[in-house]
Amino acid sequence: MGQRAQSSFFVCDGVNMMRTPLYEQHKAAGARLVDFAGWDMPVHYGSQIDEHHAVRRVAGMFDVSHMTVVDLSGIRVRDFLRHLLANDVAKLKTAGKALYTCMLNDEGCVIDDLIVYFRDDTHFRIVVNAATREKDLAWIEKHAKGYEAVVDERDDLAMVAVQGPRARELAATCLPAAGHDDVLALKPFNAVAIADYFVARTGYTGEDGFEIILPGEQAPDLWDSLARAGVVTCGLGARDTLRLEAGMNLYGQDMDENTSPLESGLGWTIAWEPADRDFIGRGALGRQKADGVANKFVGLVLEGRGVLRAHQKVLVDGVVVGETTSGTFSPTLERAIGLARVSKTIGDRCDVDIRGRQLPVLVVKPPFVRNGEIKVDIERRGERS
Amino acid sequence: MSDIPGDLKYTRSHEWVRLEEDGSVTIGITHHAQGSLGELVYVEVPDVGSELSPGEACAVVESVKAASDVYAPVEGVIVEVNDALADQPELINEQPYDDGWIMRFGEVNHDTLAELIDSDAYLASIEDE
Repeated sequence: MGQRAQSSFFVCDGVNMMRTPLYEQHKAAGARLVDFAGWDMPVHYGSQIDEHHAVRRVAGMFDVSHMTVVDLSGIRVRDFLRHLLANDVAKLKTAGKALYTCMLNDEGCVIDDLIVYFRDDTHFRIVVNAATREKDLAWIEKHAKGYEAVVDERDDLAMVAVQGPRARELAATCLPAAGHDDVLALKPFNAVAIADYFVARTGYTGEDGFEIILPGEQAPDLWDSLARAGVVTCGLGARDTLRLEAGMNLYGQDMDENTSPLESGLGWTIAWEPADRDFIGRGALGRQKADGVANKFVGLVLEGRGVLRAHQKVLVDGVVVGETTSGTFSPTLERAIGLARVSKTIGDRCDVDIRGRQLPVLVVKPPFVRNGEIKVDIERRGERS
Repeated sequence: MSDIPGDLKYTRSHEWVRLEEDGSVTIGITHHAQGSLGELVYVEVPDVGSELSPGEACAVVESVKAASDVYAPVEGVIVEVNDALADQPELINEQPYDDGWIMRFGEVNHDTLAELIDSDAYLASIEDE
């Protein structure tokens, strides 16, 4: 038996692995650990599929402490971020409000995607991907100088995502009592600081829930108390199938430094107005928009048996029109699903080449699943285009 | 701890091989292999009648996270495949040595059988991984 294709994040070298403050919890719970961007992280604790369903149906928790939290401060920090990011932090007017955005290079392609939180006029917090930590920090530092912004990587902090229809209610019981009302009153994409905890109503699963940033030394107690409250421990395997069902992009797979947000289903994250805001990549992106983008980003559902994976060819009438960027077996749909960058002219059906065989797929608009409900018509049948 | 029956033969690439009383040879993947892959969601088996050589990729097992080739451990012709895996790929996780078998060879080249390793050698090989 030998490996043929795998989800891109399971890269192993096994030496000098970093560990999160929850490493002992994972070991004690019998997690299968894998190398994720140099971190020893749980891929599952027994059943990736059961963990997936726990998040869709009740509540699950993920150790995402490998992600990089960076605090940015300074008198001109808002101006700095309005230049650095393709979405516009000027939209953030109340303390704790969050925004999803891409950070682009001069060519208008994606260095990383991130969430930025507004704390006050001189303080913002961003959370970037683990695999892109070094290049992100270098890019941010380089551009921060002109704005005298201070860049403070918070590697003292851990991060736990609690996700699912009952996640907020169960998580609230594990947070300091004085903060219960405030966390339960949080609107989506808002955060609040409660004692040492920074609690945001955000996530990467398509379910309601919180992402909780807290001092690393307090993370094991929070984790244990969430487990006692009935929140199911979940690994990064379920996180990947959940985000893909939710139609959320994974950096390095669905977009990277060679693709723009306009080719990656992320056009909605670009703030074109006001027209005089000079954000990095704007010139190149504006030209691409004016010239017209040849590709679009779509969801795929495999009609029959098999599993979609990244980098499979997408064909119409035997002609290659694109490539899958992500693919997996969807536990909710019980079908293979994927994301693909394809010719703009594609219809609602096409084929995907899986090991030399062309298998029929439906072209759909993501998300596949949101808040526990299937959002695509997978029973659709009819004449092939 | 992996379950490695003493009455089977193995490959270092995690296939198991059982010589049946009628001379046919049944193939599957080991308990250790299914554990590494995680929950299986799709299995592609060879066509009955396929003539295979040792080391030839002839089946694919796919879990949520990865697709892996299964290699023919011996030389011979496929006479039967496990059709139940189409609907229940999880049989390989649940009973890798029984209902989770993948394919059966008819007559095989016995020289290629001699190349296989026993359970002790297989255990040693996975402990080295």
